[in-house]
Amino acid sequence: MSILSEVRLIMGKDLRIERRSKIALNQVAPFAILIVVLFGFALNADRAALTTFTPGLYWVTVLLASILAVHRSVAIEAGEGAREGLLLSGLRPASIFLGKATALISQIFLVSIVLLGAVVIFYDARVDDAVLLVTSLVSAVVGVGAAGTLYGALLGAQRARETVLPILLLPVLAPVLIAATRAFGDAMGTVATDGWAWTALLASFAAIYVAMGVVSHGVLMEEN
Amino acid sequence: MTHLGFLIAGWGVVFVACGLYAVSVIRRARRVAARVPLERARWMTGKDSDVIGES
Amino acid sequence: MVSVDQTARADSMGTSSKTTRILGGVLLAGIALWLFLAFVVTEPDIRIDGTSGQEIGQFDAFRLIYVHVPVVFVAYTAFVVTAIGSIMVLVKRSVWWDLVAGASAEIGALASALTLITGSIWGRPIWGTYWLWGDVRILTTLVLFMLSLGYLAVRRLEGTAEERARRSAIVGILLVVNILIVNRSVEWWASQTIHQDSTIAEAAIGGSKAFTLFYSIVLAMGLFTWMMIHRFRLAWLERQFDRFGLDDALTSRRAEAASVLEGEMS
Repeated sequence: MSILSEVRLIMGKDLRIERRSKIALNQVAPFAILIVVLFGFALNADRAALTTFTPGLYWVTVLLASILAVHRSVAIEAGEGAREGLLLSGLRPASIFLGKATALISQIFLVSIVLLGAVVIFYDARVDDAVLLVTSLVSAVVGVGAAGTLYGALLGAQRARETVLPILLLPVLAPVLIAATRAFGDAMGTVATDGWAWTALLASFAAIYVAMGVVSHGVLMEEN
Repeated sequence: MTHLGFLIAGWGVVFVACGLYAVSVIRRARRVAARVPLERARWMTGKDSDVIGES
Repeated sequence: MVSVDQTARADSMGTSSKTTRILGGVLLAGIALWLFLAFVVTEPDIRIDGTSGQEIGQFDAFRLIYVHVPVVFVAYTAFVVTAIGSIMVLVKRSVWWDLVAGASAEIGALASALTLITGSIWGRPIWGTYWLWGDVRILTTLVLFMLSLGYLAVRRLEGTAEERARRSAIVGILLVVNILIVNRSVEWWASQTIHQDSTIAEAAIGGSKAFTLFYSIVLAMGLFTWMMIHRFRLAWLERQFDRFGLDDALTSRRAEAASVLEGEMS
C-alpha cells in the first residue's frame, strides 16, 4: 500500500467513528460556543472590548476545544486491543501519525468554523481580509492538530492523560496562540500588524510539528 | 543598605528553596538506600546493565 | 543474633561519598566567600547623572544580580544537559543518560522557577513592576518552566522501562525545539524589549562587580554538579529498588528464616 492510501485508511477510520458518535459536533463545538458566551459574561458584554479582543478570545477557545478533541482522538486507540491491532496492521508509523493527524485537523477545523460564526454573532467581529483569515486559520489548525496528535500519542492510554495533556500541550501551543491572534487581528482589522508574516510563522510551526510527528512516531512504535 | 527587603526576599528564597530541595533529596535517598543492598547502591560499582529494558 | 534488616541499614549507602563531602565542604566555603563578595566587597550601583548632578542607579538592589544571574545559568545548563541526555537515550538506549536527563530537568525546573522569582523581585524596584510583558527572556523562561513541569509529569507516567525512557526522551528533545520556537515568536511579538541589556550596560560593571558576577557563575556550576551527583544517585537507588526490591526483600526474609531455624536447632 502506498503511504497515501494508508493515511486515507487511518483518517477514514477516525472520521467514520466521528460520523457515528458525533462527539466533535455535538460536544466539542457546543463547549466552544459556551466558552465564547462565558467570555461575553466575563467581559460584561462590553461590545467594544469584545470586538477588540475577538482574535485572542477566539484562539484561547480553539485551544481549549482542541484539548478535548485530542483526548477523543487518543481515546479511540485506548480501547481494548486497539493499539495492538494498529501495531499488527503493519501500517507504517508515519502513515498512522499522518492519518490520525488529518482526522484530528479536520475536526478542529470544523469546530473553528462553527466558532467563527459564533464570534461574528456574539462579538460583532467583522472580517476585512477573508483570504488572510482562512490561510492563517488553516495553518494554525494544522499546527495544533499535528502537535496534539504527537503529544496525544506520547501519553496514550495513560490514566493521568487528562491532567497531563493540558500542561504538556498548552505551553507548546503558546506560539500558535501568539501568532494566530496577531494574524486574526490583522484580518479583522483590530491590530495593525503584518498578518502574513504571522501566518508564515504558523505555517513553519505546522511544518515542524508534522515533521517531528512523523519522525517520533517511528521511534515510539519501534519494537524491540 | 537600600532595598533591604528585596535583597532578603531574593537571596532568601534561593537559599531556602535550594536548601530544602537538597535536604529532601538526601533524606529520600537515605530511605531508599536502606532497602538496596550495598553492591547495587552505586552505578559505578553495580553490575546492572546500562541498556534500557535489559536486565 | 543480628537481624538482616539491621545489618542492611547499618552499611546502606546514601547518596554521600568522599567526593561529594569534599566537594560540599569546598562549596560551603565558596558560598561564604560569595556572600562576602556580594555584600561587603562590592559597591552599590550609584552613578551621578551628568545633567542634573543627582545620584542615580540601582543602588543596593544591584546585589540581586549576583544571585539572579548564576541561577539563570544553572537553569539553562540543566536543560541543555536534559536535551543531550534525551538524545543519548535514543542513540545508545542508555539508562545512565536517562537518569541524568531526569535529574537535570528537576534541578532545571527549580532553577527556572527561582530565575523568575529573583528576576521579579529585582524588577520591582528597578522597573517598578514585578512582571514585564514586553520582555522576551522573562516570557521564554516562564514557558520553559512550564514545559519542564510537563516533562517531569511525563517521566512519572507508568509503562515499561523501555516505553518510559523513550517517551521522556522524545519530550526532552521537543523541549529544545519548543523553546526555540517560543523564543522566536515571543521576540517577534514583543518587538520592543526593555531588559538588563540596557540597565546592565548603564551600570558600570567592572572591577569587583565583574569578578563577583563571574565568581558566582562558577560557584553555581559547582553547586549544580554537587546537586546532580546526589540527584542522580537517588534516581539510581530508586531504579534499583524498583527492579530488585522484591527480590532483595525475599532474600533477606529467607536469610532471616534460616537463621531463626538454625537458632532453634542448636
